[in-house]
Amino acid sequence: MPDQEQNQQYDVTVIGAGVVGASIARRLSAYQLRVALVEKEADVSFGTSKANSGIIHGGFHHEGSYLKTKLELQGNMMFDQLQRELHFPFKRCGILVAAMNEEELKAIQFLYHRGRENGSAGIELCSRERTLELEPKLSPDVVGGLYAPIGGIIEPYRFVFSLVESALRNGVELYRDFQVSRVERDGADDFYRIFDRQDRKILSRYVVNAAGLYADEVSQLFGAEEFQITPRKGEYYLLDRMTQACPSKVLFPVPNQVSKGMLVIPTVEGTVLVGPTAEEIRDKEDLSTSREKLDSIFDSARRMVPKVSTRDVITSFSGLRPVLEGDDFYIEVSKKAPRLIQAAGIQSPGLTAAPAIGEYVKDLLKKAGLPLQEKPDYQAEVPRVPRVRDRRPFDVDDLVRRNPAYGNIVCRCEEVSEAEIIEAIRRGHRTLDGIKFFTRSGMGRCQGGFCTAKIIEIIMRETGLPYHEISKRGKESRVFWRSL
Amino acid sequence: MRSEITDALVVGGGAAGMAAAVELDQQGFSVALIEREDELGGVLLQCIHNGFGLQEFNEELTGPEYAERWIETVKKSKIQVFTSSTLTEINLLERNLKECFIYSAVHGVLRFTTRTVVLAMGCRERNRGNVLIPGTRPAGVYTAGLAQRMVNIDGYIPGKEVVIVGSGDIGLIMARRMQWVGAKVHGVVEIQPYPSGLTRNISQCLHDFDIPLYLSHVVSRIHGIDRVEAVDITPLKNGVPDQSRTFRQKCDTLLLSVGLIPENELSKQVGIELNPLTGGPMVDSMLMSNIEGVFAAGNVLHVHDLVDFVSAEARLAGQKAGAYLRGWRPKLEVQVKPGANVKYVNPTKVDPTGQSEIFLRPLIVSNHVSLTLSLDGTVIKRQKKAHVQPSEMIRIKVNSKIFDQHTLKGDTKIVVGLEEMD
Repeated sequence: MPDQEQNQQYDVTVIGAGVVGASIARRLSAYQLRVALVEKEADVSFGTSKANSGIIHGGFHHEGSYLKTKLELQGNMMFDQLQRELHFPFKRCGILVAAMNEEELKAIQFLYHRGRENGSAGIELCSRERTLELEPKLSPDVVGGLYAPIGGIIEPYRFVFSLVESALRNGVELYRDFQVSRVERDGADDFYRIFDRQDRKILSRYVVNAAGLYADEVSQLFGAEEFQITPRKGEYYLLDRMTQACPSKVLFPVPNQVSKGMLVIPTVEGTVLVGPTAEEIRDKEDLSTSREKLDSIFDSARRMVPKVSTRDVITSFSGLRPVLEGDDFYIEVSKKAPRLIQAAGIQSPGLTAAPAIGEYVKDLLKKAGLPLQEKPDYQAEVPRVPRVRDRRPFDVDDLVRRNPAYGNIVCRCEEVSEAEIIEAIRRGHRTLDGIKFFTRSGMGRCQGGFCTAKIIEIIMRETGLPYHEISKRGKESRVFWRSL
Repeated sequence: MRSEITDALVVGGGAAGMAAAVELDQQGFSVALIEREDELGGVLLQCIHNGFGLQEFNEELTGPEYAERWIETVKKSKIQVFTSSTLTEINLLERNLKECFIYSAVHGVLRFTTRTVVLAMGCRERNRGNVLIPGTRPAGVYTAGLAQRMVNIDGYIPGKEVVIVGSGDIGLIMARRMQWVGAKVHGVVEIQPYPSGLTRNISQCLHDFDIPLYLSHVVSRIHGIDRVEAVDITPLKNGVPDQSRTFRQKCDTLLLSVGLIPENELSKQVGIELNPLTGGPMVDSMLMSNIEGVFAAGNVLHVHDLVDFVSAEARLAGQKAGAYLRGWRPKLEVQVKPGANVKYVNPTKVDPTGQSEIFLRPLIVSNHVSLTLSLDGTVIKRQKKAHVQPSEMIRIKVNSKIFDQHTLKGDTKIVVGLEEMD
């Protein structure tokens, strides 16, 4: 092997820096391995992991025989520890499934028994009174409910950011804007040669395919199994934190033959999500939203929570679930391509299962022959970024004394300081969306109307990037045409 | 943490905040003026076009010039100015005192105790999410005010092929601005059958540049993955989009001028009652909210078309806050309600013993209108209006004389209406 190739030589390469890839990379970072994490977008978590319900599921939706049910429950139990180490926004607020008629009551009894069998701790079948006591925002028409106290909510992109940060602190190398486009294996050694579109190259002995929507295409590039990932679109509406409709628990309707119904989800940050729809589409880049479904989405949500109103909408967005035939996760050692682990079809409850998937894939790699030796200097914890929004004035005064930039509020709606923006940039987020997801700046009611120009100024000052390289989310998403 | 005590604290250093602060200072009260930007002036600083000051200064000024006049007056006063400082919290204390926390990189956290607060935070732009424009989410979609700041303050042009949604004044001004900096504006798309901006702006910003105005049209879809590539424009037929006549306009930029919302999150946090018709605080004849000693003026109270009116209203708020500090209260107030063809009136109470000004926003476009003030059903004032439209606010002066020979009680109501004449 030529010398210059030594630098790009890895024991394991994880393709895809969504929640699955990030969980795997972080898990592997505890061992004495050279690990690369490659992402086709300008930042991590820019695919399915940024646009989903942000729910930590409670283990009663699917049958216990599924791999995904097992990983869902295992993953669920890992979040408290992870939060202590990584400080992402997470709250075990519980999930409540609301039955609105007798027929739906029968359905939740069924779900209750399934939850019990699966091992959903504390799952409870509730009377009408108990249901309303648990969630007073529910319609008085509710007739009963199913309560899963182990369910919760999370800010999914913040979770991924912190996983990646932890991985990087423990030696994993991240390649952004690296879209795997060609793979070679000459047989002379045990390395895959992986090229991106600009012909950047890395060499890797083992590979994990965690490419989400594109896992089918990546599998083909490696000459591995043939399968097809179909994007299933989910549209969401985000309500301002001033809404009267914010529940304290994640509210599920009872799924029926016609529709899964709309969820009303309180976010950790105090806003409310209404959605998602479920529509099979073809285009993996199609994140467009429609208007046709607006009324039906809100009608459905209002049936459960009457105070849900379109007047509180601050934005809408879509996410794509990577759906694989067979309805279960596909996490296996490839039978065709040596030393390739497939981690595909990870749709809901993928976010919940992700930490357990990290563990599971690590074991598969070991089974495939990867020697695992623990790092003596592994650091599980990442330093916390203080946030002005979460602090009382006295604490903010302390922060400002240490770093005056904490006193400069850049995003008024979400109360984000300049110091937090600078921290985001220093941790590698250099696009407007990346900074938005890291800090929440621009996520509030004005949707960046006031802070965008200021953030651009800070990016240019901190990075030295010229104005024409400032982008919304990398690639050709440039913000400006020219200067005056 | 630094603690300060003041008679009045004014939140926002734009046109409204400066006028209120100057008035209070001239009355001899101690005033703190809090501004989150690095300079006073607010949105005026990015409004480099002219048309400001005809009422206040009897001449036509640009936004920065108009701001400069006020900044000079503030500088000469004893007002304590805190720029680059954000007020984050107001708490109500005993004896009608208020505690305000202000965050600043220079001063750290400041804690003010004050007897009065004048809210002058202005308004924000409605955005894509608020009007629910479907489609992809590429770069190149900006509110008109953000684009205005990018061009006029930062010196960057956001795009070269532009479509503008909404014919609000900022949108119209930006249509002309974008043409001037070499971009091509392909049209202004307005959902209403009439323009939402001032007539003079339609003529000077669109007609003079041959920019098409699509009335009763909507942008029904945004296309483009990374950057805007085109939009679908659909005409309305009987108020609903007629999809069969949708056409596609190529563009790389979509600017939104789809309305302004008084920025009252702070007010809500303090428990101030808002008027659902204006989005601003419900105020009495002193421009005081339901919370004793908290006043409001300018675009935070209701969205104005002219900055001159903002200054005048804020001066009044300053006067009344001063009167409040001296212990003065009106003996009797008469309620004012919107009547036929009126969207809202502001304030919602007047003092019948003094001179009052009422602002009203029409709901109709008409060339022959009679404006009437009725007192418990009896018309006490009638005024002919040559032209009214929703985008042009009407100001009426109410002289105490019109209440002569009328018995006034606590529940007396004035209804302001617009009657269309043949």
